[in-house]
Amino acid sequence: YSKCPDIMPMQRKFFTRRAFSTSRILNAQQMTVRDALNAGLDEEMERDERVFILGEEVAMYDGAYKVSRGLWKKYGDKRVIDTPITEMGFAGIAVGAAMAGLRPVCEFMTFNFSMQAIDQVVNSAAKTFYMSAGVVNVPIVFRGPNGAAAGVAAQHSQCFGAWYSHCPGLKVLSPYSSEDAKGLMKAAIRDPDPVVLLENEILYGAAFPMSDEAMSKDFIVPIGKAKIERSGNHITLVAHSKAVELALEAAKQLAGEGIECEVINLRSIRPLDEETIVKSVIKTNHLVTVEQGWPQCGIGSEICARIMEGEAFYHLDAPVVRVTGVDTPMPYTKSLEAAALPQPHDVVRAVKKVLGGRLWTVIN
Amino acid sequence: MFSACFRTLTRHAKPRTSSTCNGYATEAATFETKPFRLHKLDSGPSTTVTVTRTDAVDMYKKMHMIRRLETAAGNLYKEKIIRGFCHLYSGQEACAVGMKQAMRPHDSIISAYRVHGWTYLMGVEPLGVLAELTGRQSGCARGKGGSMHMYTKNFYGGNGIVGAQVPLGAGVAFAAKYSGTDGVCLALYGDGAANQGQIFEVYNIAKLWDIPCIFVCENNGYGMGTSAERASASTQYYTRGDYVPGIWVDGMDVLAVREATQFAINHCTSGKGPMVMEMVTYRYSGHSMSDPGTSYRTREEVQEVRQTRDPITSFRERILTAELATSDELKKITNVQKVLQTEKDIVKRRFHSLSVSNLASETSSRNNETAQMSTLKKLLVV
Repeated sequence: YSKCPDIMPMQRKFFTRRAFSTSRILNAQQMTVRDALNAGLDEEMERDERVFILGEEVAMYDGAYKVSRGLWKKYGDKRVIDTPITEMGFAGIAVGAAMAGLRPVCEFMTFNFSMQAIDQVVNSAAKTFYMSAGVVNVPIVFRGPNGAAAGVAAQHSQCFGAWYSHCPGLKVLSPYSSEDAKGLMKAAIRDPDPVVLLENEILYGAAFPMSDEAMSKDFIVPIGKAKIERSGNHITLVAHSKAVELALEAAKQLAGEGIECEVINLRSIRPLDEETIVKSVIKTNHLVTVEQGWPQCGIGSEICARIMEGEAFYHLDAPVVRVTGVDTPMPYTKSLEAAALPQPHDVVRAVKKVLGGRLWTVIN
Repeated sequence: MFSACFRTLTRHAKPRTSSTCNGYATEAATFETKPFRLHKLDSGPSTTVTVTRTDAVDMYKKMHMIRRLETAAGNLYKEKIIRGFCHLYSGQEACAVGMKQAMRPHDSIISAYRVHGWTYLMGVEPLGVLAELTGRQSGCARGKGGSMHMYTKNFYGGNGIVGAQVPLGAGVAFAAKYSGTDGVCLALYGDGAANQGQIFEVYNIAKLWDIPCIFVCENNGYGMGTSAERASASTQYYTRGDYVPGIWVDGMDVLAVREATQFAINHCTSGKGPMVMEMVTYRYSGHSMSDPGTSYRTREEVQEVRQTRDPITSFRERILTAELATSDELKKITNVQKVLQTEKDIVKRRFHSLSVSNLASETSSRNNETAQMSTLKKLLVV
């Protein structure tokens, strides 16, 4: 466990021991995802005075989840702006400001509330560059926590990865680690097109090692490139956001049984790094996708379709299995909530199903 | 009934000329407009308006061009060379021309989909507008936008979702304030859109943050086929901003529109925050080309407005009565019709549409053209 004094006591119960990635850590400084997002925002605001933040409680309250802590104090009313509870209105204003040359970072307190403003995100932001044949750019970032939290029930727990990644004209990012968070935040703000940055509330308090490179002010994680968190030969696990942690945990358990998983952290869901997935599947011949969102038309569905349509299909030794959240609205009570979301043992079961009769061959 | 409203409006008073010199045209003339109605304002625009000869001729020319452009568009639509939606501005010309006349170079405007006239006023040549309407690659959006999605400098479209353009306009105005350009943004919407929740959301934010946004309700009496009275509990659109001051304007009088817009711009740029303007106008055609416009109103009503309150003919009368120009000079201007005929032919015969390889271009700023093409190929191969 890392010390994260700013997290509500309730959330500490949801920490698990993290499986560190196998990439080299030059100088292991620990940083929470929250602080990494904050650093990304701070550095980009310092670098470019067109960047400003707006949303509910982002200024004086320091952010509903403290992601924008300290920024209002540092940059003032002009650049960190509290809005009324009117998503459609302030998201529209943010898009208009972007069209006119500013670089807004528009926070949705959670992405559930973005549904109120989704017309502005899709019809005004995403499509305008295309409709105007390049005359009007919309360099906006929509950010906020996405997906399941803890005990917040159905209306506050939906994952919007599938919804937004469906739309051409949007870039959709989903960080897992602190490096992802900072690098993708900075890349999103510098990007000339609309970006949806899907954060995760449970991960805000999680600490990860940050390399020296990641600590620098010019550190960017490229959009559209996945990261291989863990190398393996037997099966590929593809996940984004919190599900990467599940996959890594499952991989750890399976390693104890001699099954080596290759875990891919997508980082971007649109554009999807198909190349990295295909290359991995060609190597391992087996694939399981892991996500917290609902199964129908989800990220896993898209990956399955692309694998089927391409070269990787012929390298599969077994059909792909998707591990997803259960196809129901999120229940409140703890036991049902845990059952509604994928757990590491669900991933382990899926891996064993896919590897099936090959298990004996694999272990040997 | 809406038509009853129109009948009670009186015609404008006779002009007072400032000087006449041996029967030559005068240099400027002064007119009286209908009174403006004010909401939460102690004083409003002056009803005594002066216009120079140059400006009068210019405004007349622009209004006439828009009328001809829209007629050409209507004909091209009937020939099926313009497809999809086509919303004509005929009858409403005084609003756009009057507003544009008061705008400064660094002011912006955003509207909904009835914008062919605005696109022309903001700098796109009529040929460019027609080319875009007919989907040609020389159109201002290379044919990818069409009737509802045309953009140019300081003109943010061209928006298809009713009401969505108003928050966008407030955002453009916000950016002007943030960047210190002293610019304002006119955010236009119709009587139908005026009931949209998001508009009230931005009235609130604009007033709270002193955003230099001028909200303009072009009240042409109908939201598609629904009259204003059937859609709105309050048809006093200039008061709907509540705590945002408002002005009611005779939208068929280009000089009244110009005067009111000037007043509104002064208001916003002197730090007094946003303003609402309601411009009462009329559209001769239906909501769009697929609407004959006669199922929800009588032909007599349309005819009456054409005969008694047409913005172009009534302005022409004013010009001639005040001797700002001769009838021959004005006739020369109306020969623009011949120009448009040629342009229609050019558009029909010589202009081309974008090739399919452009389907995926401009989806994002840094397109990987190869990646786009390979996706496209996958889609096309069975």
